[in-house]
Amino acid sequence: MSVSYDTVVIGAGHNGLVTAAYLARAGHKVLVLEQRDVVGGAASTEEVFPGFKVDTGAHRLGGLSSTVVNDLGLARHGLELIDSEATAFVPVLGGTPLTLWRDPRKTAEAIREISATDADAWVPFTELIGKAASFLEAAWTSTPPDVTGNDLGDLFATAKLGLKLRRLGKRDMVEVMRILPMSVYELLGEWFESDLVKGAIAASAVTGLCQGPMAGGTVYTLLHHHVGAGAGVIRPTRRVRGGVGRLADALVTACKQAGAEVRTGASVESILVEGDTAVGVLVDRAEIRAQRVVSSADPRRTFFELMEPSEMTPEFARKMGNIRYRGVCAKVHLALSGLPDFTCQPGAGDHLKGVISISPSLEYVERAFDAAKYGRISQRPYLEASIPSLSDASVAPDGKHLMSILFQYAPYSLRDGAWDDAASAKLGDLAVETLAEYAPNLASLIEARHVLTPLDLKRDFGLAEGNIYHGEMTLDQLLFMRPVPGASRYRAPVKGLYLCGAGTHPGGGVTGVPGFNAAREILKD
Amino acid sequence: MLRTTPFHSRIAPLNLAQNWRRWSGYLAASAYEFHHNREYWAIRNSAAMIDVSPLYKYGIEGPDAERLLDRVVTRDVTKCELHQVFYTPWCDDDGKVMDDGTLTRLADDSFRLTSAEPNLRWLQDNALGMNVGIRDISDDLAALALQGPNARRILHDAADGAADDLRFFRLTKGEIGGVPVEITRTGYTGDLGYEIWTDPANAEALWDGLMEAGDKHRILPAGMLALDVARVEAGLILISVDYVPAHQAVIEGRKSSPFELGLGWTVKLGGNWFVGRDALIAEKERGPEWEFRGLDVSWDSLEALYGEVGLPPQLPSEGWRTSVPVYSGNTQVGYATSGCWSPLLKKYIALAHIQSQYAGIGTNLRVEVTVEHYRKKAAARVVETQFFNPERKRSNPSVADEVPA
Repeated sequence: MSVSYDTVVIGAGHNGLVTAAYLARAGHKVLVLEQRDVVGGAASTEEVFPGFKVDTGAHRLGGLSSTVVNDLGLARHGLELIDSEATAFVPVLGGTPLTLWRDPRKTAEAIREISATDADAWVPFTELIGKAASFLEAAWTSTPPDVTGNDLGDLFATAKLGLKLRRLGKRDMVEVMRILPMSVYELLGEWFESDLVKGAIAASAVTGLCQGPMAGGTVYTLLHHHVGAGAGVIRPTRRVRGGVGRLADALVTACKQAGAEVRTGASVESILVEGDTAVGVLVDRAEIRAQRVVSSADPRRTFFELMEPSEMTPEFARKMGNIRYRGVCAKVHLALSGLPDFTCQPGAGDHLKGVISISPSLEYVERAFDAAKYGRISQRPYLEASIPSLSDASVAPDGKHLMSILFQYAPYSLRDGAWDDAASAKLGDLAVETLAEYAPNLASLIEARHVLTPLDLKRDFGLAEGNIYHGEMTLDQLLFMRPVPGASRYRAPVKGLYLCGAGTHPGGGVTGVPGFNAAREILKD
Repeated sequence: MLRTTPFHSRIAPLNLAQNWRRWSGYLAASAYEFHHNREYWAIRNSAAMIDVSPLYKYGIEGPDAERLLDRVVTRDVTKCELHQVFYTPWCDDDGKVMDDGTLTRLADDSFRLTSAEPNLRWLQDNALGMNVGIRDISDDLAALALQGPNARRILHDAADGAADDLRFFRLTKGEIGGVPVEITRTGYTGDLGYEIWTDPANAEALWDGLMEAGDKHRILPAGMLALDVARVEAGLILISVDYVPAHQAVIEGRKSSPFELGLGWTVKLGGNWFVGRDALIAEKERGPEWEFRGLDVSWDSLEALYGEVGLPPQLPSEGWRTSVPVYSGNTQVGYATSGCWSPLLKKYIALAHIQSQYAGIGTNLRVEVTVEHYRKKAAARVVETQFFNPERKRSNPSVADEVPA
């Protein structure tokens, strides 16, 4: 006996849950199906070591939509956000390290020890980034225009966006338009002289990209990561108390309160299509019928694994097949008996509460990328390490610490060999050795280690080619071109099928915005 | 550098006029003599051999071969019997024609598709997730068209009767000039005719075998100029002349649906889904904007227009391939894309795209003619596209009963 739903949502990642919650609140009978035993998708918290609450995917939030947080009452459901005063600490092997702070004036003072010119440039620079990011923010919550049609409503929306841009003032508008397609290398070259300052900023432009900071369009990704960051904040580091997975937990509560059902351990085998309409999903060989199916999985999984390619038109299939994924991230998690001590700035200061960014110069990051270009793992990787236990004791047993490391670049497709156990162990060693150059006591603190290679990210989270953003965040795969031109409005070319994941506009990061936008569009139909 | 076809060693010495053209990267004879007149009359009165090797050809094999082609083309491929040939167009997502060609079922799970333009990528795109092999066999297959009323008798002698009973749009196998061949009763002349397919290594033997058997039946090699007149008489469309393939059209207005090209009969909306089906269902409901029609240009009108300047009607000696305005009164309602003087029908004829409301058979329209540098309008009547459609094209009398032409 099959029950019929208004809406089935594939995947209980944060975007899937956001869509589910909004639809349930609008009166839909909603079922969310999650293949894993935990909710959260690539923003889950799991106890990979006993007593440690590890953010196995994302270890910090992106520009999480405050509208979503407020609409769904997430604070009431247990969501507590932690913004550390330090955003990023960039250690060095010799000389003065740099810490970026939420307060731009404090950062400027920190920079003054390195370069007076750069210190003076800092506040104006953060203002430019703030303005440009606020323009992006306006675009984030708008459904991209359908460039293939002539819908008047679309033109109106585009005009509104233009107006928003115009309101920046003519000079700023021109400046934003000028910098958007630039490489972060060029932009920072215009502003700063210090390698360390450039390295500190540039690293956050390439997260998840199979590109280095010298690639065109990296300014766009830099801005993407600064939407909602707050005035003057560079490299925002926002965490969730108890682990990023608590966000999904709060969303599940919101879903359930609105009457939605969330089922874990339920792997969708395929999307059922009859004629040209999606009519449900197949789970454990049983049909679950629904008026509509909403997939929070990435486009490849949705269209090539859960559907038959022949259910799409060849032109759409070709466009979908051309989406670049090229995952370059790996995760390394360490259970520590104590805090690492950085030679360049010893002790357990506030500077460690943001992320620790191994990016002593922009060239360092570019060279780290060079390896990936040739299908090799960076021998001197860019690392973003986070010690959440410093600002949230609940994630590690008393007196212990947890370190989560985003390792870049570890290409999904290796030129030599495969992502086997040996490669995984080698990557773990490389992460630890790299950090240990700056904090020699690290190796002695490690009680347990857990590595997720790009292949593991694919296997565990279903991320195509291990891409953490459901498709590379390059200019040609963003806005009305995400996931592909002509399908950027959350509707798939199959009737009754929608997308709501990071593969749709505005893209990846823990923001909830794709899910929010998708819900709005679904409710319009 | 143009390539030569497998028949080049035979056709080159025969090409007295050295009149060649480019066809899909190959050197193809436009005419063998200084005027294509005799070649044309061979097609209509005896038999002509036309080297059609430059056609694109694809071998499609595997459990999903039928499924793939049924998804690509507008016809219902599940209805294509073993050794049957389908003429069919295929469309893009919007139901606009991309190409047209023939599709032959060689076995349950094996087909051959011919086309005018490269289609490998399109076939591969459509085959995603299917268990099927697609091979470009354009270079692996020599093709020769034998067209004209004596074609059956020539084959009777050359292929030892193998094709005597071959029905219209069917395939059989045989031997000509000591080499194995496949024979389909197909062509581009609207006449009794065959196309013969063989390994390129056997091309010369095939040519020699047909020439030998055809000698007493007045066989002649024919080039593209003669073929062009014949195909206009037969009302057969030509890609990039009578329609712009959808993926090459730079603006929407240049694209045509099958309905707009007189190919509505190939669109099987009742079968499985195929690319463009949804758009074609919608178009069928609202009716196509354009019709593809024949125009029979009035001789009296031509005589009167040329009479004004003291000339008898000046007729094109070759088929033309330009866009010529067609009017209702003084309002343009369409354009002709191909035309010729039909030596057989003694008519000035053209193929034209006409706005549907002016396309009724028998409608009197006017077509532009340039008389002594001045643009004039000659009277023309809307007719069906098949100006010439002889019984012998499809019929199957026994060779013994056939009256030699």
